[in-house]
Amino acid sequence: MFGFGTTNSLTMDKPHPESLLDSAVQGSIGRPFDRIDGPSKVSGTATYAAEYPVDNLAYGFLVGARIGAGTLISIDADAVRSMPGVIDVVTDLDRFIRVAGQGGETQPPTQGVRDIAFMGEIVAIVVAESYEAARDAALRLPVTYEAGEGAYAFAAARAKSYVPPDGVTPAHFNQGDVDAAMAEAPVTIDATYVTPSQNSAAMEPHASIAVWEDDGSLTLYGAYQMPSTDASQLAKCLGLSAKKVRIVSRYIGGGFGSKLGIAPESVAAAIAAKQIGRPVKAVMARQQVFEATVRRSNTEQRVRLAATRDGKLTAIGQESLVSNQPGEDFFEPVGIGTHMIYSGENRLITHDQVPLNLVLSGSMRAPGEAVGMIGLECAMDELAERLGMDPIVLRKTNDASVDPEKGVPFSSRSLSRALDEGARRFGWARRAGPGEARDGEWLIGMGVASAVRGNMLMESSAKVELRPDGTATISSSMTDIGTGSYTILAQIASEILGLPVDRITVALGDTNDPPAAGSGGSWGAGSAGSAVYLACEMLRGKLAKAMRVEDSALTLKDGMAIGNNRSSPIGEIVGDGLEAIGHIKPGKQEKATTQASFGAHFAEVGVNRVTGEVRVRRMLGVFAAGRVLNAKTARSQCLGGMTFGIGAALTEELLHDPRNGKLVNRDLAEYHVPVNADVPQLEVHFLSERDVHANPIHAKGIGELGISGAAAAIANAIYNACKVRVRSFPVTLDKLLPGLPDL
Amino acid sequence: MHFTINGRGFDADVDIRTSILDLCREHLGLTGAKKGCDHGQCGACTMLINGRRVNSCLTLAVMHQDDEIVTIEGLGQVDDLHPLQQAFVRHDGYQCGYCTPGQICSAAGMLDEITRGWPSHVSDDLAKPSLDDDEIAERMSGNLCRCAAYPNIVDAIREVGSAAPAGRTADAKDAAMAEEIVA
Ligand code: FES
Ligand code: FES
Repeated sequence: MFGFGTTNSLTMDKPHPESLLDSAVQGSIGRPFDRIDGPSKVSGTATYAAEYPVDNLAYGFLVGARIGAGTLISIDADAVRSMPGVIDVVTDLDRFIRVAGQGGETQPPTQGVRDIAFMGEIVAIVVAESYEAARDAALRLPVTYEAGEGAYAFAAARAKSYVPPDGVTPAHFNQGDVDAAMAEAPVTIDATYVTPSQNSAAMEPHASIAVWEDDGSLTLYGAYQMPSTDASQLAKCLGLSAKKVRIVSRYIGGGFGSKLGIAPESVAAAIAAKQIGRPVKAVMARQQVFEATVRRSNTEQRVRLAATRDGKLTAIGQESLVSNQPGEDFFEPVGIGTHMIYSGENRLITHDQVPLNLVLSGSMRAPGEAVGMIGLECAMDELAERLGMDPIVLRKTNDASVDPEKGVPFSSRSLSRALDEGARRFGWARRAGPGEARDGEWLIGMGVASAVRGNMLMESSAKVELRPDGTATISSSMTDIGTGSYTILAQIASEILGLPVDRITVALGDTNDPPAAGSGGSWGAGSAGSAVYLACEMLRGKLAKAMRVEDSALTLKDGMAIGNNRSSPIGEIVGDGLEAIGHIKPGKQEKATTQASFGAHFAEVGVNRVTGEVRVRRMLGVFAAGRVLNAKTARSQCLGGMTFGIGAALTEELLHDPRNGKLVNRDLAEYHVPVNADVPQLEVHFLSERDVHANPIHAKGIGELGISGAAAAIANAIYNACKVRVRSFPVTLDKLLPGLPDL
Repeated sequence: MHFTINGRGFDADVDIRTSILDLCREHLGLTGAKKGCDHGQCGACTMLINGRRVNSCLTLAVMHQDDEIVTIEGLGQVDDLHPLQQAFVRHDGYQCGYCTPGQICSAAGMLDEITRGWPSHVSDDLAKPSLDDDEIAERMSGNLCRCAAYPNIVDAIREVGSAAPAGRTADAKDAAMAEEIVA
């Protein structure tokens, strides 16, 4: 597809200081436009995976293993086949996937369900004429197992930890000598922080409708963040060539990492549909989403900090234990942000994996930073207190001017600015000493934490078509999982092509369109946005030619092309229509600079002296992530991240039965995500920034920055309120009560 | 059986196990109401039944012969949005949009409860609850939003309930955001 005359391709080998988004005059970019897909969402007409009308549809209900580890012996399909409405019981012990796919993988996840590796592993699908019939039969399906040995308890299995293969961050990294620096330093911290397993809990459960076409190809309507690589995962699972699988994910009801790779319902639906010769819809029950998709791993982090008396860090250690299923390579990259946030020459950042027979661990919003910044930023708070230093001053003292490990410059970095701006806006100067501020029976405290999230550019493409009626269409397999992709892509095209946003249609989430990396790792806007930019740049060149002016002498605004002392409606100079494909690829800039977005969180909490209950009273996030493409959707992304931080700090924790790995709180009543009453009016402020090393639109990821450090700011505020330091998350009232001051 | 949904009559032969939610989504082509949990834990399926908000996953269709059911499709359409739907768009009271139909139906029912003077756990005046942030947050906490549009949802509801504080109307927020981007 690439390399033809209609493709404008760019590899980010060099900085890209000039951006058409700065020179164009339409005035769309950055503005807080309402979402273009808003009316369809609020009216209930946006189509999510389970909602495509398909003829002759059969309903599938998945069956999960009810033992923690062992072997599947038999499935007694005959016992339920005669139930009213039941069509068939389908399984494929070799091809069903045992676990969900990891994000961006083109290889299939572990297949084969003869071996049971965790409770909830999907072993069969019951297909029926109705949802009710399928569910009923699935719940009654007799399955027998031979129980095997499993490891379910982290504490007991930790001795079996091993060094996993490197992932997005090295498993083990060592620079200098942390032990020696700790021994020499006048002030040190050596503390262990524990975070529990968590679930993304996107409101839309994983769902697939599998339709086999007459030519032997498969169309899967799915809830997937990365349709292009997911199609490749699915094709390989089914033994098909990638071209034979089309995934359609127009609207996705939240992902947060849990829908990066294919989940078991997709393969089960596809195999069942083939077997019964009818389309099959398989929607996971909420309990199955918890049990059989992905979790964020629990972590145990030993954090060591060594500092001079004036607060200069001489050593940073973050040694983490995380967990995953035996044989799975992914590890929670706890220390990924620690590599770049502070200076200090001796550094030890390690990850060891504890094999556990629990649901797969994989990506959840800001894998790494979301939990790693809890340990690090709480430890920084402890260090500040030990030094008798303001925690903001301590952080600024150690703000790194170049990457402290690679020695290369940062592409842009506004950490100190974010801390200062936040302190001013939040009224940090009013912060009292630990345990000193009260409001009736509430103890009041303020806390701060830094935020960092690595920036990624992923190969992506998009097509833009200009029509004689003066409208344009963007198409790409990019997705919008709630991030605002539909709207920001329209704004980018609007700005460059000089067309009002309402003349631009955006079609996303279909692998028949030019491939893009989809949504994950906060790379979506920068990657797909750059692809749209490049397509529009090429179209702009064609319009200049049509106007017979140099590119630089062309102005496009409000549907008019202006140059050479004349103006023309854009639709009238496109002939039968023009199209171009934009294609972006990461290049040398990735290594020449360290790219990340930065920010600072400020929280004010009340801790009830009587009950130990914690309420977040105020929260402010100040963020710098390059160009803001839409101030409204960007703010919403940050609200979402900060709220995930509230959940991580106070309520979210997956609990597994140590005897069999059974997930005890596998629903939304027992796994506590923040509700409306838990979240005050959060404040978000963006610092103006451009990143010319990141991509031609100068924007960096924002979807995950808001969670990085958020929970730490809350925990630090709790300490400031009541002088109780809880290092095991979430900070629930039972952990605070024993330390609260006497009434 | 006969159902009245969004003012239209429907006749359906329903399985006794079918919830109102599944009746709408799987049998009548009304997929606006969402299923997030099927257990009354998330509110994504909220509809108005005889004017009151109900988790439609928790109530069986066979119990609702002749009841007046309103789903999100009945509140407003793409080109003719209900004021709450408009306010959710203006305030970005959503992200992925999956909880949104439930939030909006719930908000409609909730505003009616306030008008009727029904108090809640956080009402200062039990005889006359007011439409402030705490009251809205309390009453909307049965509708989970994992994208966490909560602050914007509260603002959207306040604006429709005509009690938006200065600086928190959609126009005022837009102006402040636009200014920040230019600065
Ligand atoms: S689907 Fe009804 S409350 Fe969740
Ligand atoms: S908008 Fe995504 S869950 Fe509320």
